[in-house]
Amino acid sequence: MDKKSWPLWEVFIRSKSGLQHKHVGSLHAVDAQMALENARDVYTRRNEGLSIWVIPSSQIVASEPEDEYIFEAAKSKVYRHPTFYDIPDEVGHM
Amino acid sequence: MTKSINIAKLEARFQAKVDAEQKIEPKDWMPEAYRKTLIRQISQHAHSEVVGMLPEGNWILRAPSLRRKVALLAKVQDEAGHGLYLYSAAETLGINRDELFEQLLTGKAKYSSIFNYPTQTWADIGTVGWLVDGAAIMNQVMLTRTSYGPYARAMVRICKEESFHQRQGYEILLALSQGTEEQRKMLQDAVNRWWWPSLMMFGPSDAESTHSAQSMAWKIKRKSNDQLRQEFVDATVRQAEYLGVTLPDPDLKWNEERGHYDFGKINWDEFWAVVKGRGPCNKNRLKTRRKAHENGAWVREAAMAHAEKRAARQKEEGIA
Ligand SMILES: [Fe+2]
Ligand SMILES: [Fe+2]
Repeated sequence: MDKKSWPLWEVFIRSKSGLQHKHVGSLHAVDAQMALENARDVYTRRNEGLSIWVIPSSQIVASEPEDEYIFEAAKSKVYRHPTFYDIPDEVGHM
Repeated sequence: MTKSINIAKLEARFQAKVDAEQKIEPKDWMPEAYRKTLIRQISQHAHSEVVGMLPEGNWILRAPSLRRKVALLAKVQDEAGHGLYLYSAAETLGINRDELFEQLLTGKAKYSSIFNYPTQTWADIGTVGWLVDGAAIMNQVMLTRTSYGPYARAMVRICKEESFHQRQGYEILLALSQGTEEQRKMLQDAVNRWWWPSLMMFGPSDAESTHSAQSMAWKIKRKSNDQLRQEFVDATVRQAEYLGVTLPDPDLKWNEERGHYDFGKINWDEFWAVVKGRGPCNKNRLKTRRKAHENGAWVREAAMAHAEKRAARQKEEGIA
């Protein structure tokens, strides 16, 4: 077995201009350059992308699924949605 | 005591989520057995993609034309990619790549037994694309709806690429079927050898399948082995007729009442023998994988050392 394993990178691809980068998966590479090259070979073999981002997986900070409460505040704020307001039909589309 | 109550609660919540067709994601709580089952299944699947390159790689340099060669090369390259998507999905469950490789190379982990059969003629390459990829597609289409998010997403990606694999295989066979007497014989011989092992790819029959019921409850699997096998037979018979080949099963016939094809008994003794390591190529496949891994060790180490050196130098220059 190897003395040291290659770090893990997360790969994000912009599939066409006008769209945001989207997470597509991960891969192992020794550095950013190799991560980009491998991402091209693995995730864009059929023209799936115009642009690639790679980020060391260890650099991602994520919320915890147990911490659902962080989304609670938004749930009660129904007045943030357009349907909360009554506008007569005669007014037309608004 | 409270701990076991908590786990029961968590398990109930987990199952409710699965039942509601919500996907399970890497950081979500999941039963240890679900995690283990997934690691086993996804890594076996990944190993199958990787070992599956060997029987086909065997023919790249002997492909009969440039068209066939680029197609086969692209297919084999795809299988490497499939292996990688799946290893990535397995890694989200908390196992690392080196452990997964080690399980394969030490023979601790299994891969699909179909790849322990040899590819003897060019017709085998066509037949592998048609039947082996065809059978894999049946299973993989089902798995695009599996309950674990990263596995399902890897499957969507894989399924998009698989259709080309089956079509290029079938096209090889079409050419042979329209060829000389000798070519047609070669085609029939390949189908004779690959038909039954392809049916075995779906695994033991439902009555014998140990993990099936739990996997269905967890929605890892959505259809039973026998159900998938039947779908495969039903889809394949017409394709065989078009090629003008006979499927080597005297009991194969349409059953009006069931609305399906009946087919003969599978030789499960052969299946278990190959699973347990006594197939025609088991030893050779593992030996080849091990050798490739060992021969690549210095490259992996050198690349890592180089990257570390460069990073250290950049850091130094940054400080100075
Ligand atoms: Fe594949
Ligand atoms: Fe394939």
